[in-house]
Amino acid sequence: MKLLTHNMLTSHVKGVVKGYPLLIKATEVKMNEVEFNPQFVSRMIPKLEWSALVQAAEELGHREDLPGELMAEYEKDEEFLKKVHRVLLEVEVIEGCLQCPESGREFPITRGIPNMLLNEDEV
Amino acid sequence: MKLKELESCLQQVDAFEEPKILLEQYPTSPHIAACMLYTIHNTFDDIEGKLVADLGCGCGVLSIGLCVGLDIDRDALDIFRRNAEDFEISNVDLIQCDLCAIETQNYANKFDTVIMNPPFGTKHNQGMDMKFLRAALTMAKTAVYSLHKTSTREHIQKKAHDWGVKMEVLAELRYDLPASYKFHKKKSVDIQVDFLRFSKA
Repeated sequence: MKLLTHNMLTSHVKGVVKGYPLLIKATEVKMNEVEFNPQFVSRMIPKLEWSALVQAAEELGHREDLPGELMAEYEKDEEFLKKVHRVLLEVEVIEGCLQCPESGREFPITRGIPNMLLNEDEV
Repeated sequence: MKLKELESCLQQVDAFEEPKILLEQYPTSPHIAACMLYTIHNTFDDIEGKLVADLGCGCGVLSIGLCVGLDIDRDALDIFRRNAEDFEISNVDLIQCDLCAIETQNYANKFDTVIMNPPFGTKHNQGMDMKFLRAALTMAKTAVYSLHKTSTREHIQKKAHDWGVKMEVLAELRYDLPASYKFHKKKSVDIQVDFLRFSKA
């Protein structure tokens, strides 16, 4: 699971009002090289919940010097875009789980794939 | 990449090991997948450098480019992951989820493009094709590319109109399904299928 994907995932357990962001508890994390495309990264940034991304990177020990807030004109800052690229696309959670911040329900991550399926009584 | 090269690459992709009938699991033939992707990329430029979702991705025959694959079946997703590793494709991510159960609003307009070959709704899952389409249209910002039975074209056209989206028939395909389940009596069957493009006005 990449952090770009994690940034979108929400817990939809019955009764949960805001199941976001999901807390990451990782037992295995890997780095996977992905070709850098600055325009793509630059286009993705406005779609992200930036603070959730920083929090996730922090949880995985991969935050490095990612700023807590976006500064203006980041589209032109290639060094910054490279850092974002790394965190969004190259850090991968292989084993662990995602925890709903409201209900505490855990969604397992196995072989890099988060399982968001709910049981019948949770829907 | 030439169409023939793409098709021959896709022939190497592993398909379902033990297809699950109730999920209507059929791999998209390499020929059809290659034609679809070739058109989406060359005519509409909706793949390269885009965030793409493949709904009901199965084993990943359609997924190329930067892509998030979604499927309910863990076994298929594991094969997808293996395929991605074998082909050294790193710009792919996978989610196991039920498209009928997730709150698609949370994913609204998050993807540039959605591609899919959804279940047609023939195995006690009637209406599944429309559920997938509804989810896809919510999640896509620019376009949805999908395969649907030609016999449902008018129905889908009407729904598209109701939902305020434009529908184009890009091609009519004869989807050749080789016998894969025990109850299949014929060696293969041709189903008339439309390759559709939906765009938000």
